[in-house]
Amino acid sequence: MDLKEKLLSSFLVFENHVDIDTYVHDVRNDAIKIFEEKGFPTKKEEAWKYTSLNKILKEDYCMFPQQENTIEYRDIKKYFIHDIDTYKIVFIDGKYASHLSQTTHDGIDVCLMSSALSKPKYRILIENYFNKAATKDSLSSLNTAFSSEGAYIHIPKNKLVEKPIQILHFSTGNESATMLQPRNLIVVDENSHVQIIERHQSLNNNAILTNSVTEIFANKRAIVDYYKIQNDNLNASLIDNTFIKQKRESVASVHTFAFGGKLIRNNLNFFQEGERIDSILKGVTIIGEKQHVDHNTLVHHIEPNCESHQDYKGIFGENSTGVFNGKIIVEKEAQKTNAFQANNNILISDKATINTKPQLEIFADDVKCSHGCTIGQLDESAMFYMRSRGIPEKEAKALLMYAFSNNVLSSVKIPEMKQRITKIIANKLGVNIGFDL
Amino acid sequence: MSNKYTEDDLREELKTKEYEYGFYTDIKSDTFPNGLNEDIVRAISKKKEEPQWMTDWRLEAFRVWKEMVEPEWANVRYEKPNFQGISYYSAPNSKPKYDSLDEVDPELLATFKKLGISLDEQKKLAGVAMDVVVDSVSVATTFKKTLGEKGIIFMSISEAIKEHPELVKKYLGTVVPQKDNFYAALNSAVFSDGSFCYIPKGVKCPMELSTYFRINQAGTGQFERTLVIADEGSYVSYLEGCTAPSRDENQLHAAVVELIALDDAEIKYSTVQNWYPGNAEGIGGVYNFVTKRGLCEKNAKISWTQVETGSAVTWKYPSCVLKGDHSVGEFYSIAVTNNYQQADTGTKMIHLGKNTKSTIISKGISAGKSQNSYRGLVQINSRAENARNFSQCDSLLMGNECGAHTFPYIEAKNKSAKIEHEATTSKIGEDQIFYCNQRGIDTEKAIALIVNGFSKEVLNKLPMEFAVEAQKLLEISLEGSVG
Repeated sequence: MDLKEKLLSSFLVFENHVDIDTYVHDVRNDAIKIFEEKGFPTKKEEAWKYTSLNKILKEDYCMFPQQENTIEYRDIKKYFIHDIDTYKIVFIDGKYASHLSQTTHDGIDVCLMSSALSKPKYRILIENYFNKAATKDSLSSLNTAFSSEGAYIHIPKNKLVEKPIQILHFSTGNESATMLQPRNLIVVDENSHVQIIERHQSLNNNAILTNSVTEIFANKRAIVDYYKIQNDNLNASLIDNTFIKQKRESVASVHTFAFGGKLIRNNLNFFQEGERIDSILKGVTIIGEKQHVDHNTLVHHIEPNCESHQDYKGIFGENSTGVFNGKIIVEKEAQKTNAFQANNNILISDKATINTKPQLEIFADDVKCSHGCTIGQLDESAMFYMRSRGIPEKEAKALLMYAFSNNVLSSVKIPEMKQRITKIIANKLGVNIGFDL
Repeated sequence: MSNKYTEDDLREELKTKEYEYGFYTDIKSDTFPNGLNEDIVRAISKKKEEPQWMTDWRLEAFRVWKEMVEPEWANVRYEKPNFQGISYYSAPNSKPKYDSLDEVDPELLATFKKLGISLDEQKKLAGVAMDVVVDSVSVATTFKKTLGEKGIIFMSISEAIKEHPELVKKYLGTVVPQKDNFYAALNSAVFSDGSFCYIPKGVKCPMELSTYFRINQAGTGQFERTLVIADEGSYVSYLEGCTAPSRDENQLHAAVVELIALDDAEIKYSTVQNWYPGNAEGIGGVYNFVTKRGLCEKNAKISWTQVETGSAVTWKYPSCVLKGDHSVGEFYSIAVTNNYQQADTGTKMIHLGKNTKSTIISKGISAGKSQNSYRGLVQINSRAENARNFSQCDSLLMGNECGAHTFPYIEAKNKSAKIEHEATTSKIGEDQIFYCNQRGIDTEKAIALIVNGFSKEVLNKLPMEFAVEAQKLLEISLEGSVG
């Protein structure tokens, strides 16, 4: 039985478990129909031209891992940003782990999707926001159909959330192969500000496929900083679908740090539904072995006087493959739009591949849009300069690569987070220097 | 009665200005019935008195084409042509060739006169040899003698099939195979005529070779096939220009151009395309689905320059396969769209050899309700050490009902590759217009001036005669687009 059929039949089982009178029930049923019709995307689709799911879809995934796992904080401490106080929402194999989490209802809601979906007091919010940003593509629809658990964050008006929120999805992989479909909903109301860190991590070497959907709503003048750390092992694949709807004068930024996993596909979509909005998309990708990272971004400029800034850096070694597919659409009404997109890549191996496709679709005349894309190598004269001053080759290379990605790192607003990323980069490049030379 | 000619009248006139070259020449045509099947393919081949291998080649292409579906990935919307509703062969019947201009059908001469390319004028124009193609069959070939002395072969492809079968057989379909794509396959099966050019080893072609294409018979698609071979160490500059009469019915044009530059050779291929773009409501106009590709051997260079102002729908990607080490590919393009025109054009640079270089400069100008897309591919294969590419795509938008799109594909598989791509989109600055107005240049002229400046990098690459023509064409195409 192939995965699609398996998913369709397990939907029937899943349906019996969940509440069927709710608004979400209809949404789920519509979504499974869309998935049934469209199926998994293939390389024939333009958006999936460079990324094939065939290999990872061959595994016999288990949809609902049964076992409740006992994992202690000390086992997984290293995956947290643990040196600062944060709210934590932790999931193990898709199930909420209360002993590891720290949620709140004090003025803000940092809690669970499952309770938001079932408790009446969240009903209006769910009806107003749930599945309202996600597009109707097959993978998001698949997630919608199986949506039951994930993070639910609601920040009411005029709140400055004083500590960051961490969302962690662990998979223990006790089953031979596991498929997870977390669903996050984040609503930030007027004038509020929140910082969120998201990470997916598998704890052993069984195959994992995560098909995640995150919907973020930034209302008037809200500020949302979202960080994604993707540093998983070689059997974990991640399809991350993020949809952000922004209202007037809001600022939303998403930083994606992709350092590993078997296959990572980031579908990052921004919809600007008001004036004077700023959207920031930044990413650093450093991969090797046979890893594959695909950034697929969309910024949809619908109203006038908005801005978007994209900056993606990639370093590709060994047999890795990098894909960048950035799309900017500027609608007829969106005059005075400033949209910028940059994608810089370094290839450090002859077997690595980069495919990049920065697209502009512009229907308004009074706009400033540009995109730039480069593929190159480390500067030999800079290498020579350092070597002649006694810096070993490996360290010199690492320094140059760090400098290359520093543009993106410097805009990270949580210092501890920045340190952590720096450490991961040093680790990845196999050097033991702090980069604060 | 005081009939004052106001500015509004002028604007109205410009808006309704019909295609300048829209007229129809009534020459008795020898036209095949509509539709396409193996018999028609055989008949075309027979009509052209082709050898058996050519007929087989066409049939092979036809069989492949039958299995193919029309591509839909391009960013253009149009009503699909009915391939069974087209006549696949039409030739002016005043054959055979004339020895002097007096023998040429006077109506045809008048056509050329309207186009400003009358044969005797062209003959006088030093350095330009004309191989005029009216409805698929070349009617007159000039300057053949001068070229013959150098050993250069410049003739229609049907003549070449008969006179130089060894060359045609060796190179035809090597760069654009029959099954390359839907329209290339169709062309391979039914091509009626086109130009053939061979430059022998070490010869520098002393003049610009030039062909004017015209579609001239209601309901006939034109399927041109051009094959240019530059042997080792040779050089040739080839010009191609098009105009077509005004017609309500959509006309299909699916040409194939193959360039082969052997070791150390250089080919410069320039196009000015001005097919009928349809009227201001977007009715009529030519469908232009062209496959153009060049192959570079060691140290060879191919340079494509194009000015695209016409056609209702354009679908065209002149490409370079940089097979030999140290070979160079260039692409310079200006695409102007107005009213309801749609253009999806760009280039492909395939780097296979070591130290290969490519440059892409693309300028898109959209006005009215038109859609203008750049679609390009830069591919560096794993063995292409030290490949270098620079691409620049600039778009200029006039008015808020048009669109400019960029779809660059960049695929790098070698770590020594250096690739740069940049694209910008902007409109004509109000301050620029103001500056011109202030100095007594009216808005229409100011825009022409700014557009010319915007396209200068590409216009500079055109041969001189073409550059002047192209500048005028830009102005004509954008007339009335200023609100």
